[in-house]
Amino acid sequence: MELMLEVKSLAFSYGNRPIFENVSFSLNKGEIMCILGPNGAGKSTLIKCIAGILKPATGSVYIQGEDTVSLGVRGIARNIGYVPQQNEVVFPFTVLDFVVMGRAPHLSMFASPGAEDVKLAKESLAMVGISDLAERPVAKLSGGQSQMVLIARALVQKPALLLLDEPTSHLDFGNQILVLETVQKLASLGMSIVMNTHMPDHAFLLGDRAAALSGGRLVAVGKVETVVTSKMMSSVYGVNVAIREIEDMKRKVCLPLRR
Amino acid sequence: MFDYKFNRTTLVYLLPIALLIISLFVGRYQTPLSAVVDESISTFSSFFFGTPASVSTQHTVLFNVRLPRILAALLVGAALSISGASFQGIFRNPLVSPYILGVGSGAGFGACLAILLWNNYLIIQLMAFAFGLLAMFIAISMGKVSKGTGTLVFVLSGIIVNSIFTALTSLAKYVADPYDQLPAIVFWLMGSLATVRYVDLLYILSPILVGSLVLFLFRWRINILSLGDEEAKALGMDVEKMRLVIIVCATLVTSAAVSVSGVIGWVGLVVPHISRMIVGPNYSRLLPMSMVIGASFMLVVDDLSRTIVATEIPLGILTSLVGAPVFAYLIKKGRMGWN
Repeated sequence: MELMLEVKSLAFSYGNRPIFENVSFSLNKGEIMCILGPNGAGKSTLIKCIAGILKPATGSVYIQGEDTVSLGVRGIARNIGYVPQQNEVVFPFTVLDFVVMGRAPHLSMFASPGAEDVKLAKESLAMVGISDLAERPVAKLSGGQSQMVLIARALVQKPALLLLDEPTSHLDFGNQILVLETVQKLASLGMSIVMNTHMPDHAFLLGDRAAALSGGRLVAVGKVETVVTSKMMSSVYGVNVAIREIEDMKRKVCLPLRR
Repeated sequence: MFDYKFNRTTLVYLLPIALLIISLFVGRYQTPLSAVVDESISTFSSFFFGTPASVSTQHTVLFNVRLPRILAALLVGAALSISGASFQGIFRNPLVSPYILGVGSGAGFGACLAILLWNNYLIIQLMAFAFGLLAMFIAISMGKVSKGTGTLVFVLSGIIVNSIFTALTSLAKYVADPYDQLPAIVFWLMGSLATVRYVDLLYILSPILVGSLVLFLFRWRINILSLGDEEAKALGMDVEKMRLVIIVCATLVTSAAVSVSGVIGWVGLVVPHISRMIVGPNYSRLLPMSMVIGASFMLVVDDLSRTIVATEIPLGILTSLVGAPVFAYLIKKGRMGWN
């Protein structure tokens, strides 16, 4: 297995307030890592540190063996695609114009995107199944559609690693599953994925690896089955949780217990 | 195969040239078509072949009074509009004008000071230009010193700088000689192109060209900055550096324009909106379109200012009287080109 991402004893603090410390994990090519944890645990901050948006206090991030500090913002953006939770566009760019912006790290500073870039943008729209939205203004899309547009824009960067910050948090049930299926499809094409999620069950659905961030530390990391246990989830979220095997679906589910 | 939008847009690009020709005929002094053609030919041949230049009144009116003024209007309109559009993009706010960082009031105070101390036309221009840039540098360094990052700090610094220079301008008016200096200050602050000569155009041409060229080259990147700092960083942009370059260039262009025309409001705010209605929000197309529309808008307003009544109407008054209703109309139509 080819090693894709290595996070080594990462720490971050806002001023004097530490958010997390000593976070270490690694991820292979084509693997999915779900990061679980309560609100305010620092999941988004962790993702932003890996993406190079925030500067960690200590520790380092390696992508395909290279230190992201030496890669620089441009180099990071060629290797890592970041999908924000939500975006707020002030100007009503069309979906195609918006997705083409993902080509930025590959173009020289003075260049505008050319026919080749537009072609790549159209391909990634097709990849996530929203080719028909190309000429619509981004601001007029539904939650599920704009999440797909954001994923498409990250794909145009041609990243080896995709980071998603709670991609399902504003979506209805159907759209949540649609996003998860897309994530799975991208992983099967060889892309590594780190995804924050507020639903432990999503880790079971995606099935690879999981990590739990709580109290500023990574309290568990490894195979989903070893991380998403009733004991671990109960302690991380502070509510009683049961893990059950659904026999005919051959998968586990994570459910809250009624008091 | 023919794209309707392409055709329409191309036509708009020809607008400033058409308006330039029309504007040569516009004015209190009657100039028939034949005279304009004759004078053009004679000027052309004297320029290139050294034949004796025409000294007729018509020649003076057309080429020493109207033409420099027309060229100045085109240049100033384009300059204010390209910087307004750029500022709107990087501040992620469609209601931002080129004067957001206090450039207008800085230049205004510089001009006041020059009128008080020297009352020399060239020094007034120079001081306006210098103080416009100074206002920007103060705003930027305040933004850098403060702990916060991002655009909000710049906006707040701009408000502070603006307020300081407005107060200083008031002080200058207060101490000015009310019969001589005060009218000059008031007239300058209202904006006018009436006294523009070719040599003035020469002074402002290089800062406007250099600044506009850089903005033009970076136009697609402004789209990405308009997504917000985090997303721009995730797309590989050095956000702080790029924003600084765009602020400096937009200010350079604005200061140069203001130094010959005085502070002219509304153009840099309204023109980008009109342009968004025509070509959409993508800065690749928006920036060139803003320049074209801005140049045309300014020229039309300047033509009005020298023809409506026998005396000149200051430009700042007209741009507000024309710009504000246009803006209100755009709001009512709900076709702002943004959310």
